[in-house]
Amino acid sequence: MSQPAAAARGFAMPRPGAAGRTAATADGLPEPGPAGPEPLAPDAIVELSEEQQAQRLSQMLDEFDREFIGLAPVKDRVREIAALLLVDRLRQRYGLTSSRPSLHMCFTGSPGTGKTTVATHLGALLRELGYLRRGQLVSVTRDDLVGQYVGHTAPKTKEVLKRAMGGVLLIDEAYYLYRPENERDYGQEAIEILLQFMEANREDLVVILAGYADRMDVFFRSNPGMASRIAHHIDFPDFTLDELIRIAELMLDREQYRLSAPAQAAFREYVRLRMAQPRFSNARSIRNAIDRMRLRQARRLVAADAPIGREDLMSISDADVRASRVFGGGRAAGPAEVGPAEVGPPAR
Amino acid sequence: MRITQGTFSYLPDLTDEEIAAQIQYAVDQGWAVAVEFTDDPHPRNVLWEMWGLPMFGIADAAAGMHEVAACRAAYPERYIRVSAYDASLGRQTTALSFLVNRPASEPGFRLDRTEGADRRIRYSLHTYAAQHPSGERYTSNGIGYSG
Repeated sequence: MSQPAAAARGFAMPRPGAAGRTAATADGLPEPGPAGPEPLAPDAIVELSEEQQAQRLSQMLDEFDREFIGLAPVKDRVREIAALLLVDRLRQRYGLTSSRPSLHMCFTGSPGTGKTTVATHLGALLRELGYLRRGQLVSVTRDDLVGQYVGHTAPKTKEVLKRAMGGVLLIDEAYYLYRPENERDYGQEAIEILLQFMEANREDLVVILAGYADRMDVFFRSNPGMASRIAHHIDFPDFTLDELIRIAELMLDREQYRLSAPAQAAFREYVRLRMAQPRFSNARSIRNAIDRMRLRQARRLVAADAPIGREDLMSISDADVRASRVFGGGRAAGPAEVGPAEVGPPAR
Repeated sequence: MRITQGTFSYLPDLTDEEIAAQIQYAVDQGWAVAVEFTDDPHPRNVLWEMWGLPMFGIADAAAGMHEVAACRAAYPERYIRVSAYDASLGRQTTALSFLVNRPASEPGFRLDRTEGADRRIRYSLHTYAAQHPSGERYTSNGIGYSG
């Protein structure tokens, strides 16, 4: 043995990649991990803004603000969480205690207010902040958690939880997990496993429950354990007309379409009428409306059978918007056109 | 006798961080990670009991470590290994397999020589632990081999 200290650990083969560091590890102590910035002296001063820059944090938060229109309460809370994690990290470097905050959340809001989209971005953001290791989003509903026969639920729920570890688990319409009218329902079992896992593996995943506000209230009232384990209740407000128009502009821009000036006015009118109709689901309805406008534009171009330029392919005309049934006083979407995404909560 | 089976078995026992790093590597390669255990460490015993199903679709090593910890809690005195299956070849292929737990004392093996016709010798390995029925091996209550 050339290194007497290594002999104490038995027959130790050199580890791959450790060749250059053998001298440092000869004392047999575990090497410090690669993560973790250097600790700070008690009298050191740090610029918070520099710290943010270093983590691309401000950039990500700005992006978050740009990508999401409206949603002021959501943005506020996200900034708060980001600030807390940043401060916690600094505290750690000064040697102060910093317990990991619980970040389980509840998103309530009407359909199409961006709950799932925010959850996806939140995963990436929390990863950047060092709270989550992977930041992937696993989106599930009751069917993915609750089994069909005795003994089926626990493994099913655990498997989903394992897939979500290191990231975000979004349970859409979480209140369907609990069915008070059927006492033999396995949903309760799923809730119990969920609760236990949320508590024991707090540092490994963030659970987000999403759904409509009123039903969520009922759910929390009958599951007080769940309510107390969720620290952040975030309400997603409905979008205003102006916000919806800006969202539409963003969507069109991303798909490289343009509304002509009369079409813009028509579209504004369309959104105003559509908002008053039943089954309006905010940004999702806007997305569907844009998809239908694209259909009509394509049909118009094909029917015209004229030479077409780049500009024609990009622009959506007044007529494409006005052809919608919304203007006729009817519904925007006939029964055949209503996808599951646009249907409100099923009457279960 | 310290049993050496699978990858890394000539290295010191892996720490939990090292196990997590290996699992993360397997997950990043798209391999399904499984936890298996046995109390019969004969080298030709390749099919160990499975601790749950292989974990398909996990993203983070914490899920694997969760199962390793659960298996260790249930069977602290058994051999536990983590296997990673590579399905990309269209058949079950073990891409990585390493021990993550071993009993406190390992009695090891005896080499039996059986002489046959024409002075031919057949060799076989006798596992001392396997003298006891399965489930009573590696126990420290006096029934099994406690070394």
